[in-house]
Amino acid sequence: MITIDAAGMHYKELNRLIREGIGKGIKKFFLENINGQYYIGDGIKGDDVVININGTPGNDIGAFMDGPTLIVNNNAQDNIGNTMNAGKIIIKGDAGDVVGYGMRGGRIYILGNAGYRVGIHMKGYNEQLPIIIIGGKVGSFFAEYMAGGIIVLLGLDDSDEFDGDYFASGMHGGTIYLRKKIDFSKYSKDVELYEADENDMNFLKKYLIEYADSFNIPSEEISGKPFYKIMPSSARPYAHLYTSA
Amino acid sequence: MTKSSFSNIQSEYLALIDHNKCVRCKRCIQNCGWGTYSFGGDKILADHSKCVACGRCYTYCPEGAISIVKNPTVLRENANWKEGLIKNIWRQSETGGIVISGMGTTFKYKKYFDHILLDACQVTNPSIDPLREPMELRTYLGKKPSRLDVGLDENGESVLKSKMPPQIELQTPFIFGAMSYGSISLNAQKAMALAARALGIVMNTGEGGLHDDLVPFGKNIIVQVASGRFGVHRDYLNSGVAVEIKIGQGAKPGIGGHLPGEKIGADISRTRMIPVGTDAISPAPHHDIYSIEDLRQLIYAVKEATDYEKPVSVKVAAVHNIAAIVSGIVRAGADIVYIDGYTGGTGAAPNIIKDHVGIPIELALAQVDERLRDEGIRNEASIIAAGSIRSSADAVKAIALGADAVAIGTAALVVMGCHVCGKCNTGNCSWGITTQRPELVRRLDPEVYGERLYNLISAWSHEIQEVLGAMGVNSIESLRGSRERLRGVELTDAELKALGIKHAGL
Ligand code: SF4
Ligand code: SF4
Repeated sequence: MITIDAAGMHYKELNRLIREGIGKGIKKFFLENINGQYYIGDGIKGDDVVININGTPGNDIGAFMDGPTLIVNNNAQDNIGNTMNAGKIIIKGDAGDVVGYGMRGGRIYILGNAGYRVGIHMKGYNEQLPIIIIGGKVGSFFAEYMAGGIIVLLGLDDSDEFDGDYFASGMHGGTIYLRKKIDFSKYSKDVELYEADENDMNFLKKYLIEYADSFNIPSEEISGKPFYKIMPSSARPYAHLYTSA
Repeated sequence: MTKSSFSNIQSEYLALIDHNKCVRCKRCIQNCGWGTYSFGGDKILADHSKCVACGRCYTYCPEGAISIVKNPTVLRENANWKEGLIKNIWRQSETGGIVISGMGTTFKYKKYFDHILLDACQVTNPSIDPLREPMELRTYLGKKPSRLDVGLDENGESVLKSKMPPQIELQTPFIFGAMSYGSISLNAQKAMALAARALGIVMNTGEGGLHDDLVPFGKNIIVQVASGRFGVHRDYLNSGVAVEIKIGQGAKPGIGGHLPGEKIGADISRTRMIPVGTDAISPAPHHDIYSIEDLRQLIYAVKEATDYEKPVSVKVAAVHNIAAIVSGIVRAGADIVYIDGYTGGTGAAPNIIKDHVGIPIELALAQVDERLRDEGIRNEASIIAAGSIRSSADAVKAIALGADAVAIGTAALVVMGCHVCGKCNTGNCSWGITTQRPELVRRLDPEVYGERLYNLISAWSHEIQEVLGAMGVNSIESLRGSRERLRGVELTDAELKALGIKHAGL
């Protein structure tokens, strides 16, 4: 275990200390006085490494990350979990734009809202199944080009508007679960809406419990309602777009 | 609408067989990836409509019995209504699709390299004999510090105190341009990897991930990160000598890529890390990069993930404001900028983009070099020029216009038998290059073509040494950006100005 006081520290130094610590076999990190430092957890490895972040981290936390857990006890900013391969990111507040871009594995749990461009080009591969669960609402361009994995939108604050424009355009893989039905006329023509069935709920259960536990929310508060799911109409949305010269 | 099977488009080529010479060995049937030939009981039959003039069948016909000719049945000539335009209207009216093809544009735009002449020494400054004198082609790609601190070590010997930023060492100023596994076959990639290792240069994975078989070639590989992030993970970023962020490609500036699901077999699925049979869609932009600041963020995300040990390259297409764009890229922290001209190749791209978007690499280079010098940041990044470098002469001229090195793509495929038929998008390449069909891929022997690539680059390197000698320069680095050693012919004042060179005779 190590505590790093990051007050006034440049991200390059901070991340070097983290990498060095992991190299020495340290498993638990407490980062204090974090104030906008970028790239925390970028490209690090190790399934049992846990980094607690106190303060508000800067952009690009967990980029290319492969195993560790990042816990942000506050809001976080843009580009969380960019092209992440494995691991877990827990945000006990709101997240900014571009969450989980090109993410291939691991989980991102956000207590509050997330911004624009969440889950773009998320993809699954073999047993790698990336999962994003968002407690509040999201902005526009949600799940654009989504190719795999799972995103769950809970809308826990029970406001009506919890999705933005250009929802799931170009989606060609993966599944989106919603705790509330949304205005279907706004959906991209690339997706279909279904009611989630028992299989879906059984599959989700484990992740919803883990989510609830991460934020100390009673899990009944989440799963008490029927869920909906959105899946792509085709795995090949652009198959007939071209003709050979 | 009801579909009509009738097509207006007639065969472009005729596959003619001299039945007197033909011994019915049926090799042509086997060799043609497009299925032109079949056996009709006593003789070979040809379905001309399938022939794309890829040159495979006659190259491998043991009797020289095949000739491929342009279909003499012509469309009436009309300089305005060109044949290609009429045929595209038919194609699109029959299918409703966007016309796509492989390789670079076939349009006849002015090729500036062909209007630039090199200087040579006469009397007043002697030329150098490259057979006798050392002639340095070694090139380092990466950021060069603006100042160097030198000091003394404990023995009083002078040593370099500044830490040099990471560099890629090339024994000759050529690299193989990015071509992904998926757009080309694994054997084609292996041929380049073998040649790159033997030559002391590098190849580039493109946006297709790194196949296990190429991992041992890491010292000769640049790995690419593009908008689809296929196959990109922490170890991948660390497996080559540098990481390239691909923003654009000369053949298709501003648009993404699309490897159709039928080409995603088990092996490509594993390398790209996506499920078998799904389309691999690379969005047009990186949706995490909407500004120079965002680009900087990704550059440094990559640097953090590679512990600042690898130079980061950014690849862009040459477009109208390329000088300002590259200046921004350099300021964003790129160590190398790869500029791809509009005649560059592709595995598949819409013709509307390929034929009409972008600018020539020659003009882009001259403008970029000038701008970076004016701003005092030319040392901050190396420049790679690409976009149909067809010969060592093109390479020398590109370097004199401001490049540090050049990249070749199509030329490398031509080595492997490519006849530039432009049908790479169909996945039927008879040469085993732009196909994933095992029976076609198998015929491309990486050892054989690795050696031929080695031969080509060695020959081009010798030619460059000859030219350098003639110019009285003994290292390629001294030629970089020496536009004074270039002259233009048949160029307008505006063109000369854009190239930053004088007209011949001046
Ligand atoms: S091998 Fe090539 S040139 Fe020969 S018939 Fe087939 S497409 Fe035409
Ligand atoms: S690589 Fe492309 S252009 Fe070259 S022969 Fe094969 S299909 Fe034709």
